[in-house]
Amino acid sequence: MDVQAWTTLIVGLTFALYIGIAIRTRAGSTGEFYVAGGGVPPLANGMATAADWMSAASFISMAGIISFRGLDASIYLMGWTGGYVLLALLLAPYLRKFGRFTVPDFVGDRYDSRAARLVAVVAALFVSFTYVAGQMRGVGVVFGRFLGVGIETGVLIGMVVVFVYAVLGGMKGITYTQVAQYCVLIFAYLVPAIFISLYVAGHAVPQLGLGSTVSGTSTFLLDRLDGLHRELGFPLYTERNTPRLELFCATLALMVGTAGLPHVIIRFYTVPRVRDARLSAGWALVFIALLYTTAPAIAVFARTNLLDTVAGKPYADMPEWFRKWEATGLIRFEDRNGDGLIQTVGPGYVDPATGLPMQNELRVDNDIMVLANPEIAGLPNWVIGLVAAGGLAAALSTAAGLLLVISTSISHDLLKRTLLPRISERGELWAARAAAAVGVAIAGWLGIDPPGFVSEVVAFAFGLAAASFFPTIFLGIFSRRTNRQGAIAGMLVGLVFTAAYIAWFKFIHPELDSRANYLFGISPIGIGAVGMALNFAVALVVSRLFPPPPEHIQRLVSSVRIPRGAGEAHEISVP
Amino acid sequence: MELDEAPPELTERERAALAAYWRANVRLLALLLSLWFAVSFGCGILFVDALNRVRIPGSGFKLGFWFAQQGAIYAFIALIFAYVVLMNRLDRRFGFDER
Repeated sequence: MDVQAWTTLIVGLTFALYIGIAIRTRAGSTGEFYVAGGGVPPLANGMATAADWMSAASFISMAGIISFRGLDASIYLMGWTGGYVLLALLLAPYLRKFGRFTVPDFVGDRYDSRAARLVAVVAALFVSFTYVAGQMRGVGVVFGRFLGVGIETGVLIGMVVVFVYAVLGGMKGITYTQVAQYCVLIFAYLVPAIFISLYVAGHAVPQLGLGSTVSGTSTFLLDRLDGLHRELGFPLYTERNTPRLELFCATLALMVGTAGLPHVIIRFYTVPRVRDARLSAGWALVFIALLYTTAPAIAVFARTNLLDTVAGKPYADMPEWFRKWEATGLIRFEDRNGDGLIQTVGPGYVDPATGLPMQNELRVDNDIMVLANPEIAGLPNWVIGLVAAGGLAAALSTAAGLLLVISTSISHDLLKRTLLPRISERGELWAARAAAAVGVAIAGWLGIDPPGFVSEVVAFAFGLAAASFFPTIFLGIFSRRTNRQGAIAGMLVGLVFTAAYIAWFKFIHPELDSRANYLFGISPIGIGAVGMALNFAVALVVSRLFPPPPEHIQRLVSSVRIPRGAGEAHEISVP
Repeated sequence: MELDEAPPELTERERAALAAYWRANVRLLALLLSLWFAVSFGCGILFVDALNRVRIPGSGFKLGFWFAQQGAIYAFIALIFAYVVLMNRLDRRFGFDER
């Protein structure tokens, strides 16, 4: 069978599996729709959280980004895993004890304020729509590259699949499809990684292969890669090439943003007990780390392979995969000096023969490192089909989690808790389904025709989550004295500052987007760390200017701090 | 918007137990989060250049590079599981565990 047939078969089978699970796990109540009835075992929740969390970008692009930036790309590796420590230690257990359905629920109840709830709803919707558009786009791209259909058709197929299980099944359907999607995506990621590790380093465990010698020599792989980089005029792979302050702020913003993302937080409402929330954060990180510690190994294997295959070699001798990916535009070669050789060199490279500067002739897209891996290592066609199914699983599972946040923000936070408190349980469930359906449609539309802000999803989603939700929830648990005035002022200052800074450099003055013009040299990705600090400072100061929260809120804080008595997540009756 | 199921008032004894429990909890968090900071921001960013002059024996890993791309992640996992064990123990000691 050829690649196309294998891909169609494997993708078709996985889709049938997801829809089958969704039909078996239909949600019958708002409790099931919002938090899967609060009965998900910690191990399953860990797996679902890992799939929820790892997006199309983690699966397809991350290894490529690491491979091009070397040590400096550690901001993503540490940022997107270290956030789980914050989540497990500072937020998840307390939010589980609080035991409602959404993040704005906590903000609204703890600060006893409709305005605070609304600020949280707006932030949750903006973050989730930005993020989900990227996922739908990812679905379209995978379909386009592997199955030769247009991006629009690909996005539409993705919309139909997500519609079925998010709208029918709610959190219950999503949880169990995410468990299946995690298995598909991790298998699809590890199989080619293990083969390429055997091929390059002669070691079956990629994490160890990364530190071992090049097959059949006594040179360490990382030394070989640093040597190639030195020779070709690139900055050294294993050394730091970005100022410490920027790495520090970017890592902090990604960590705190991870802990503050609503679609990750709500997963911890679905387990039965507080101690399950702690444990499932641990399992989630184990499952995530399996991919995140493999990615840097793939990055090094693929980069070494690529440089060995192409650098200074005649264009005419390139292997078949090179031509194939050239046809998709992911590899571009332009023979600037007309010598028929591929010069892939860093900035300021001087040709030793002539003493003249030489230009780089090869452009390689980040995504190629994962997508082309099976071909570079000469793996069978079914592995390529598997990689396509893995990319789709990663994108669809994240999209579903985000759609749930969008639908609960509308049906629960906006309708039930704000506008129509007397809405019946059935009415609320139908409103949740309708909101999910509209959410799917908007996400698809944003995916087909992405507006500018979608391309800055990392800066926006993590920056805004870091600057709004994390400090507000943290203070809500750890500082009794923080009142509604402080919380609202802090959230607004954090959100406005961060959003304005990102918009300034990305949309209003893109020509200024360089380190020389940044505030203290901090890029838009790292600015969420400053936004977070501002939120904390403003919330603490403003809270002192107004009276402490009333007695019943003080009791709520005491109750959240003790694990005992955490029942199933429940609706409170509003008088 | 009043909570009609506001949590019950704590007794004097429970209040004292909660205060002691919370102090122990915050001490544990401070310890674990300092380790979290040390392995990631410390070894992976602030001191990465210095640690890169050291190698993990028998491998190609420079120590700083290894922390930034592998070690910090393993340490995060260890920290969360340590927290789970120590915190469950704390819950039991103060009688605040779930039955």
